[in-house]
Amino acid sequence: MSELFQEAVIISILAGTLRIMTPILFAAIGELVTQRAGIWNMGVEGTMIMGAFVSYVVATQSDSLPLAILSGILSGMVMGLIIGFMTSTLRVDHFITGLGLNLLVGGLTFFWFRIYVKGGHPPTFTGLENFSIPILASIPILGEVFFNQKPLTYIAILSVPVVSYFLYRTRWGLEIRCLGENPKAIDIKGLSVALRQYIAIIIGSGMTGLGGAFLMLGFSDRFQPDLTAGKGWLAIVAIIAGKWLPKGVFAAVLVFAFLESVAVHVQIIDADIPYQIFFALPYLASIILLILLRRKTNQPARLGVPYFR
Amino acid sequence: MSGQALLETKMLTKHFPGVVANEGINFVLEEGEVHCLFGENGAGKSTLCSCLFGYYRPDGGSIEFKGEPVKFRSPRDSIRYGIGMVHQHFVLVDEFTVLENIIVGTNTEKWSLDLEASENQLKNICDEYGIDLKFNSLVRDLSVGEQQWVEILKSLYLKVEILILDEPTAVLTPEESNKLFKIMHKMGQNGISIIFISHKISEVMLADRVSVMSKGRLIDTVFPRETTPQELTNLMIGREVKLRVIEENDNEYDRSYPILSINNLKYKNKYGKFALNDISLNLYSGEILGLAGVSGNGQKELFESLSGNLNPDSGTISYEGKEIQGRSSRVFMDLGIGLIPDDRYREGLVSDFDISENIILGWQRLNDYTKGFFLNRNNIKRLAEDLIKKFNIMTPSSTVPVSHLSGGNAQKVILARELNHSNKILLANQPTRGLDLGVIEYVYNQIKLKRDEGFAVLLASEELEDLINLCDRIAIISDGEIKGIVEAKSTSIQDIGLLMAGQSETSA
Repeated sequence: MSELFQEAVIISILAGTLRIMTPILFAAIGELVTQRAGIWNMGVEGTMIMGAFVSYVVATQSDSLPLAILSGILSGMVMGLIIGFMTSTLRVDHFITGLGLNLLVGGLTFFWFRIYVKGGHPPTFTGLENFSIPILASIPILGEVFFNQKPLTYIAILSVPVVSYFLYRTRWGLEIRCLGENPKAIDIKGLSVALRQYIAIIIGSGMTGLGGAFLMLGFSDRFQPDLTAGKGWLAIVAIIAGKWLPKGVFAAVLVFAFLESVAVHVQIIDADIPYQIFFALPYLASIILLILLRRKTNQPARLGVPYFR
Repeated sequence: MSGQALLETKMLTKHFPGVVANEGINFVLEEGEVHCLFGENGAGKSTLCSCLFGYYRPDGGSIEFKGEPVKFRSPRDSIRYGIGMVHQHFVLVDEFTVLENIIVGTNTEKWSLDLEASENQLKNICDEYGIDLKFNSLVRDLSVGEQQWVEILKSLYLKVEILILDEPTAVLTPEESNKLFKIMHKMGQNGISIIFISHKISEVMLADRVSVMSKGRLIDTVFPRETTPQELTNLMIGREVKLRVIEENDNEYDRSYPILSINNLKYKNKYGKFALNDISLNLYSGEILGLAGVSGNGQKELFESLSGNLNPDSGTISYEGKEIQGRSSRVFMDLGIGLIPDDRYREGLVSDFDISENIILGWQRLNDYTKGFFLNRNNIKRLAEDLIKKFNIMTPSSTVPVSHLSGGNAQKVILARELNHSNKILLANQPTRGLDLGVIEYVYNQIKLKRDEGFAVLLASEELEDLINLCDRIAIISDGEIKGIVEAKSTSIQDIGLLMAGQSETSA
């Protein structure tokens, strides 16, 4: 157990935190935009799996990682389009839509995967490389933790202020936030509620698809059906724990990622405590966070409520 | 007023499933006038306004703007013609600041927001009309009166030529209403034409012209100065009615021992604001105690405390000397306390249940209504049919869901249930809101009857005239505080209005 506190291990845990954070942060920030527009999208997990699977197929077929990433984003957007159609146009219950889609995508990707590998060994690909930022990467400790990551990790972190600016300082952001609180205020200005909800969920699901692609291309060399392992659900919890604020969501995702990184390292070190307990930590933490923060929510007033004129 | 027709409807018709909301309306709004739409609930005033604003599309007839036929497909079209509307139920975002509420959805050319420029523009408008608002406060922290200003500013910010206000004074204190009318006439001088909806005859007389509506039709458009309140009311009802006059109230009762005594009741809501701030009241058997005030000033919390639905933070509620605050609502019901909540459909009824089920709602455990483990359908049906007759509820049978009833009949179902099951105290929060004159009178008569039987009645209302007619004493509530208690016999609307406004700092 004491091995956990060696310098090299600590550095590795922290670096791992940022790596693990990346896909969850993409999904959480994307889902934040979606929820601010009033759509309680429960299909984050399914969207991530879809993004992961599509990027896997493209990566193994084309050998082009940029193309694989792009296809992950696009598949997320298509998922967003479906969810938008169900929730905004057809006004189906948001929870049922998301849950149904999760089940569908979980089964569908598994099915496609079986067809794709045709009973043989699944094809592999070479995943994303780390990128050392010159000079900065050579700073002791900090360099290893912060400046020797994959480029998408930096983009994920950058997405927090960017989305924050979008939501609070642009007219589109203001209108999207308004949808979550009182869509009628948009409607009586003669502006389309549905159009804005579609924009929000397509942006959000695109980011979630990107998260799925990173999960695929950044951690592994082949697809496996349960590779998201509840990360989409953690993204949703992070939004609630982060009180629907970009900064708060970021902080919550960091906590979850750190705990999972610790669990990974406990597993590697082979400590005398069963490592499975540590893998449960992010999920236990999410429950504890929800209990502690139950009162001070900042939940959009009309989140998950279909809009009728 | 130039006499020039600005906005005009010709034979405008709008149907809803089963209802003719507007039929053959010929309405003319002239430039710079303050025009009142006067009529009872359900007369079609709001529907007409929604058609003029493009929120509803008319089924027939046409709308003309400055003599040109126009089609409003959505509010975006009407906004382009410079028409703004303040809805009866405000369309505001509680969690946004005043500024954000006003600018959202307005500037569609630019990507980024220029908050400073918008704020300066708004400051000029506020200075012009003498409106005092902090642009950075959250709307949920504002009083209802201030929220009304935000709604009006939303339209002024868009530089409207026509402003439609749907029952703008329903939520205002008399003083705030006066200010609103002054500003409305100022807008008129600035070339903004105004349509406002009202069913209060005193406000109608302040308009330049009045269009009287009844049952979906526009009866006539008249000048208030050439008519009388009596004539206007006759026009609205379609027959001769007596305007309610102050009746001599000779009710006498014993004030030595209150049946319900409320002492220093305090309750902080989830935003940390005192919804009830040190409220003390005594309620005596055989009296009607009025509670005057604009709703949202603590009435709801007070009624919930008195019926066991809310546990106050401190203070006591004593029933015949015994403290009962914070006990379950069942304790309150068993003591013979009946409650008519202000939100009929959300709190008073289960809309999808039928009349007989709603009649026993909350009392289903009584022996009369059960047969062992099961409901005694026969008894319940007999009771329901009995009460339907007694309370004159218009329905084909007792198995009709209450969602199919009109507002008045739904309210009678609540009244029937509460009066049938309580025997000491009746708590009535806005029992006549949104009802027709006939039903209002019926509700008041039932309340008077119960008072004569020895009930203690607490009656909250925004209609000050009604309170003065009906009550023995009137308590004035504002900002969660009792601002004064007056004898109904020796008070006036002006006195009560002053108490409502005088001591509250937040009134705009």
